[in-house]
Amino acid sequence: MSEIVKIENLRKYFPVQKSFLEQFFARKTSYVKAVDDVSFSVRKGEIFTLAGESGCGKTTSGRLIVRLLKPTSGKIFFNGVDITGLEGEELRLLRRKMQIIFQDPYASLNPRMRIGDAIGHPLAIHGLAEGEEKNKEVLEVLGEVGLAPPEQLINLYPHQLSGGQRQRAAMARSIILKPEFIVADEPVSMIDVSLRTAIIDLMLDLKKDLGLTYLFITHDLAVAKYISDRIGIMYLGKIIEMGSKEQLFSKPLHPYTQALLSAIPIPDPDKKRKAVDLTGEVSSAINIPAGCRFHPRCPKQMEVCTEKEPELKEIEKHHFVACHLY
Amino acid sequence: MPLLEIESLEVDYRASRGTVHAVEDASFSLDKGETLGLAGESGSGKSTLGLSIIRLVPYPGVITNGHVRIDGTDIVKLPENRMQSIRGRKVAYVFQDPMTSLNPVKRIGAHFVELIRTHEPDTSAADALGRAKNILENLGILPERINDYPHQLSGGMRQRIMIGLAIALNPDLVIADEPTTALDVIVQQKILDLVEGLRKAYGMALILISHDLSIILERCDKIIVLYAGQIFEYANSKELHKAPSHPYTQGLLHSIPNIELSDQKLSAIPGSPPNMLDPPKGCRFWPRCSYAMEICRITEPELIDLKKSHYVRCFLYNQEGRHSH
Repeated sequence: MSEIVKIENLRKYFPVQKSFLEQFFARKTSYVKAVDDVSFSVRKGEIFTLAGESGCGKTTSGRLIVRLLKPTSGKIFFNGVDITGLEGEELRLLRRKMQIIFQDPYASLNPRMRIGDAIGHPLAIHGLAEGEEKNKEVLEVLGEVGLAPPEQLINLYPHQLSGGQRQRAAMARSIILKPEFIVADEPVSMIDVSLRTAIIDLMLDLKKDLGLTYLFITHDLAVAKYISDRIGIMYLGKIIEMGSKEQLFSKPLHPYTQALLSAIPIPDPDKKRKAVDLTGEVSSAINIPAGCRFHPRCPKQMEVCTEKEPELKEIEKHHFVACHLY
Repeated sequence: MPLLEIESLEVDYRASRGTVHAVEDASFSLDKGETLGLAGESGSGKSTLGLSIIRLVPYPGVITNGHVRIDGTDIVKLPENRMQSIRGRKVAYVFQDPMTSLNPVKRIGAHFVELIRTHEPDTSAADALGRAKNILENLGILPERINDYPHQLSGGMRQRIMIGLAIALNPDLVIADEPTTALDVIVQQKILDLVEGLRKAYGMALILISHDLSIILERCDKIIVLYAGQIFEYANSKELHKAPSHPYTQGLLHSIPNIELSDQKLSAIPGSPPNMLDPPKGCRFWPRCSYAMEICRITEPELIDLKKSHYVRCFLYNQEGRHSH
């Protein structure tokens, strides 16, 4: 399978705001290393998931890829073309091919724009259709995302829709330009349980019908397991393990992945799971621990872990891990 | 006598656009040391039900009918000063968002001192602080942190403090309202373990309110499934998991992913929850129910006793079950 998106040594450092006094004394600027040397590729037609706890850099990675943020360093390729430095018209044209769906369907739709206008807006921006033609496409795409009856819905405002319907509208807007690649950033985490499965199913259907490729971003590993082909687990700005979902769930290698999986509740009162006990909490992304960034919490910590940062290595076919144990 | 007994409870929110029946015909009881999970989606009335137990339903909510008995005392009409001696002492509440429930300009220690001395005015501030330090140790937090302000603690620690405040007066019942929703899965696991440990050590009963059926199935003895303000199903966890009876419960169980299963097929519940200002006539769930019959659109089903201690509100079982009232 060919790679649709490839990123190489991607980094994003956000400078920490300094107080007046600190500026006066010209202290060194410190940085939040949100994404710190991440490389992976997404194959055409698959769902690749970035999973991890809050602050691990998964959302920043997604935003870097669709070029909503400018990377500090590293390269992003889309269909083999380097898009890291694209600007202006070229970047606008690129956006037809890659879209993003955000977590909060309440915040991602303009409250003063009718649903039909919001969904058709990308067509207008890109000068692809207007008037009757635009209307027709909007109605069509509303049908595709299961928003019925389309003729009525186009005249409603976002506040008149439920959370699930809003997320469907956001999805309709993202597919109207017929993109090849969609970054879906926690698209179901704010949706009620009973509506969540329908949204996930819709994503899977659209993938099949439109030949989409997804980068799926989530903190919920149970959802990740259900939807993904491959998964990358992030910790403090780095991918620490990556592989197919089968590899990752049947044979997690990194102690962090093991802890993460063991903490997921099992919806079965007869099952008692044994959770791996991690000490402490995630370190600050400003002062990342030396050596392996997970070592202060790792139950299998060794001497070398405090000194040398482990590289992401292929331990078995397509299964990568960054840990000195292997 | 059960520790908590709720009978035909009704709670309304009277807004200008109409009245929302947030809790309708709720009856259940809880014994000492038991754990009960209240599961439901947003707007199902789970928090309102929880808050009505300590009579803190926010304006414009009012308890319009029914009884809430704690150790036999009906609190619905209790004078406010007596209610205050129940809150914290007998029943404590852990709110979802620890950042907005802690006072940002007060040190952690001051929170404990205020709580303890309000209920036990004879205790000196120094004694109260000493007790607070003990509690912090039980929570796995260094006693020195007693001098920190809330913003200096991580989200997980703040939630621990909230739990510490809830157990400080050794109540009989703790109500935890989505205590881990804002937290990551590893922290969630630790907090829930902590609650379970403390609960067992002090013999407290627990009501865990959550939208996440997974954690409720895992942690609670009994489960209430709420939908649109009504108890749809009420049974012990194993029974509910083995033999879910309400189509809504079945649908919920089919829509939660389980990492233990390979090749799991999830199925979605069609439609969306009703607008509570204008809920459907008859059964609240019929527009989304694949078993909906003629009667479901006309008449509201009652909660019936399906078999011993397994209650369900659905016409599918009307013939076999007997009426509970």
